[in-house]
Amino acid sequence: MIALSRKRVLPGFSLSLGITLLYVSLILLLPMSSLVGQLSTLSWEQYWNIITDPRHIASYKVTVGTALAASLANAVFGLLLAWVLVRYEFPGKRILDALMDLPFALPTAVAGITLATLYSQNGAIGELLAPYGIEVAYTWVGIVLAMAFTSIPFVVRTVQPVLEDLPGQIDEAALTLGASNGYAFRRVIMPHIWPALVTGTGLAFARSLGEYGAVIFIAGNMPYKTEITSLMIAVRLEEYDYAGAAAIASVVLAVSLFLLLAINIWQARFYKRLHGGRG
Amino acid sequence: MRRIGDSPPVRALLIALALVLTALFLVVPLVSIFYQAFASGLGEIWVNLSDEYTWSAITLTLLVTVITVPVNLAFGVFLAWLVTRFSFPGRRILQTLIDIPFAVSPVVAGLLYLLLYGRGGWLGSWLANYDLQLMFAWPGMVLVTVFVTCPFVARELIPLMQAQGSAEEEAAVTLGARGWTLFRRVTLPNIRWALLYGVILTNARAVGEFGGVSVVSGSIRGETNTLPLHVEQLYQDYNTVGAFTSASLLAGLAIVTLVIKAWLEWHTARRSH
Amino acid sequence: MSIRLNNISRRFGATTALHPLSLDIKQGELIGLLGPSGSGKTTLLRIMAGLESPNSGTIHFGERDVTHVHVRKRRVGFVFQNYALFKHMTVAENVAFGLKARPRSERPSHRDIRERVLGLLQKVRLEALAERYPAQLSGGQQQRVALARALAVEPDVLLLDEPFGALDAKVRIELRRWLRHLHDEFGFTSVFVTHDQEEALELSDRVVVMSEGRIEQIDTPHQLYRHPANRFVFEFLGETNRLEGEIVNGVLTNGEARLTLPGATGSRAEVLLRPHEVRLAESFDEHAHLPVKVSAISPVGAEVRVELEANWMSDPWQATMTHHDYEQLTPTRGTRLYAHPTRQHRFDLDYAI
Repeated sequence: MIALSRKRVLPGFSLSLGITLLYVSLILLLPMSSLVGQLSTLSWEQYWNIITDPRHIASYKVTVGTALAASLANAVFGLLLAWVLVRYEFPGKRILDALMDLPFALPTAVAGITLATLYSQNGAIGELLAPYGIEVAYTWVGIVLAMAFTSIPFVVRTVQPVLEDLPGQIDEAALTLGASNGYAFRRVIMPHIWPALVTGTGLAFARSLGEYGAVIFIAGNMPYKTEITSLMIAVRLEEYDYAGAAAIASVVLAVSLFLLLAINIWQARFYKRLHGGRG
Repeated sequence: MRRIGDSPPVRALLIALALVLTALFLVVPLVSIFYQAFASGLGEIWVNLSDEYTWSAITLTLLVTVITVPVNLAFGVFLAWLVTRFSFPGRRILQTLIDIPFAVSPVVAGLLYLLLYGRGGWLGSWLANYDLQLMFAWPGMVLVTVFVTCPFVARELIPLMQAQGSAEEEAAVTLGARGWTLFRRVTLPNIRWALLYGVILTNARAVGEFGGVSVVSGSIRGETNTLPLHVEQLYQDYNTVGAFTSASLLAGLAIVTLVIKAWLEWHTARRSH
Repeated sequence: MSIRLNNISRRFGATTALHPLSLDIKQGELIGLLGPSGSGKTTLLRIMAGLESPNSGTIHFGERDVTHVHVRKRRVGFVFQNYALFKHMTVAENVAFGLKARPRSERPSHRDIRERVLGLLQKVRLEALAERYPAQLSGGQQQRVALARALAVEPDVLLLDEPFGALDAKVRIELRRWLRHLHDEFGFTSVFVTHDQEEALELSDRVVVMSEGRIEQIDTPHQLYRHPANRFVFEFLGETNRLEGEIVNGVLTNGEARLTLPGATGSRAEVLLRPHEVRLAESFDEHAHLPVKVSAISPVGAEVRVELEANWMSDPWQATMTHHDYEQLTPTRGTRLYAHPTRQHRFDLDYAI
């Protein structure tokens, strides 16, 4: 019911619409159109050959596989952290809460060199793991670690508010009806938070797919084994193969847009269910 | 009150698990940044900090941030005002468009700008006629950083302004308030914490942006290196202490960001109770 | 200042919020817009204020055509449903806002503003709370601040959207009377929106009853209650007892129930009654044979409420009787009695075929 018709009550419609459209066109749409322009220099066959190049295919597999592993790990870890932060009081809780945003605040390149140093064969943690034959740096495990590091806040910060909104009576109702802790959690708490958990995990997955700075230092970047797709774009650029880079980027962009849209639709649906059709 | 999972053993187990994982996963890396930097003593740090390339990287990072933050602050406010105070066709599409920089890899962002403004790009070749080169120079890095950080302020403001509704602004209009007065006296006081929060996030991301700027910078030492790029170069040169010295500057800034953010949240929570 | 609405309509996308309607409000009147939610009453009020634009029609304040005048220039005082007080300003700052927001050339001096604010706060009896913030006030106090804020700009008309909606029953009645006095004292034209018929009937000079974007009736509370224009108005204004049946020789018949309907035509008819229009007795007469059984009694308040059952009713009837009559008749649960309509209302045009 906000000012719908010809005359708008609140000021600033034309101004903010003008500025927003100008900005969106210059900053977002114009650069994206240049991608289309670059791709049009390729024939379909050339395009297909680039995006199905075995080295590129291998990089898709590495990226999607590790991002999947990282986001699933984060679903568990993030749920645990959100639960602990909402449900329990303990000394240091505020610090723990503040630390959750560290991966957002810390530049990814810094995270990358730090993790690479810590987990390399003679790094503080890598040294401890080496005797057991566990190698993290320069393997796909390292990529998962870096991706998980940068995307953990997505899960925590999406689940946390939903968990906070859950009234205490829900717990009490379940317990007075004789449910065990585990049963009550599965049947009462989970149904309430799982849409948020899926959203958070989806966002973490999207972020992991695109992560670059944190990953390249620890990945080792061995062709066919530990090269991620973002790196492939950078490699093509260094070879001045702009068309090749654009072709790979178009795949990445399409997947990201699809994911973004899916997450938005998912979120809108779940919002509708909780708030009865509005929004 | 009895709650699910509040029995002491479950509680202790879950808290311990959370603390141990956080310590391993987040605290150890954070501490190790400073440890690596300070490992060879303060003298070494001083040498690295007074290095002219480090200084030029700091200056360039500041320049990029100082331009990016106000631009995206203004844009975020206009966008949030537009989509929460008016309804018009295409509103949803606009909101989805603005999320693109969140979802897309920063390397792709850099590539998009390179294709547009680079020598081969149509805007780039046009600008080249006037001897203007944006790529592999600071203006290009600013553009990419603006792209990557453009959703942060709007994303903080939109849910808040939607929840608050426009009743207070309508009341102000019936009382005769216009444009700037309306925004400054009625809207701004209600959104200032979220606004500040958005600025903090934009700032953190602008300072730390790596993938996008690495594509358009060309990494010319002393000219087009921001601090994160400088860190990368030192690290590739096996100058670990140097890399971690610069990294610890960035990590220090991250800690400051976290502290301000925690303070803001504490402040907002106190006001709403 | 009089308000004249001519042929106003409003659509929101595919739904029609207001069908074309006209309404004349006289200088100094206090008008209640009454209707269920979705009846278009709030939209109509917002159109008067200039917060919405009509799709058709004109609005005049006195001789001034304000149809295309921006809300800022329309000189209306608007009290919002949840008051929309500025949370970050004190009570005094809230009230002063409209004066301070004026362009410098029209703005009163600091001293004048202060005096005006103080005067208004005295009027709404809040001078002691001038430095408080809205969150520190009760609902009733916030309501008065909202009113003082709207009055500070000396509006031509005062518009109130569900002014008492968020208050508890006791504060509501108190504020209602207070608003009536304030209105009479200031003498401006006021329009308020409500879904509470009691509130509309008690407070208004005239009530505009609305339903589904149309005006059903405009009348004084007395006329409205005595002579509702149609069935919707009748049912909306109070509790309703129904008797429906076939017409046999001018007598409405349903099972063992019989009621003489002078001048009844057609084959079916429906009669509606208010609870106080039902008299109870131990015998029937030639006009009415309506056997009922008492199913509940609540002797609370000024009168006794009795619930009645019979197999010819679709829903139980409600009747009220004086305590005096109650003591004469001494009904208990299960007592069998006869009902006698003292007045009856018929809107059965649908059945007239």
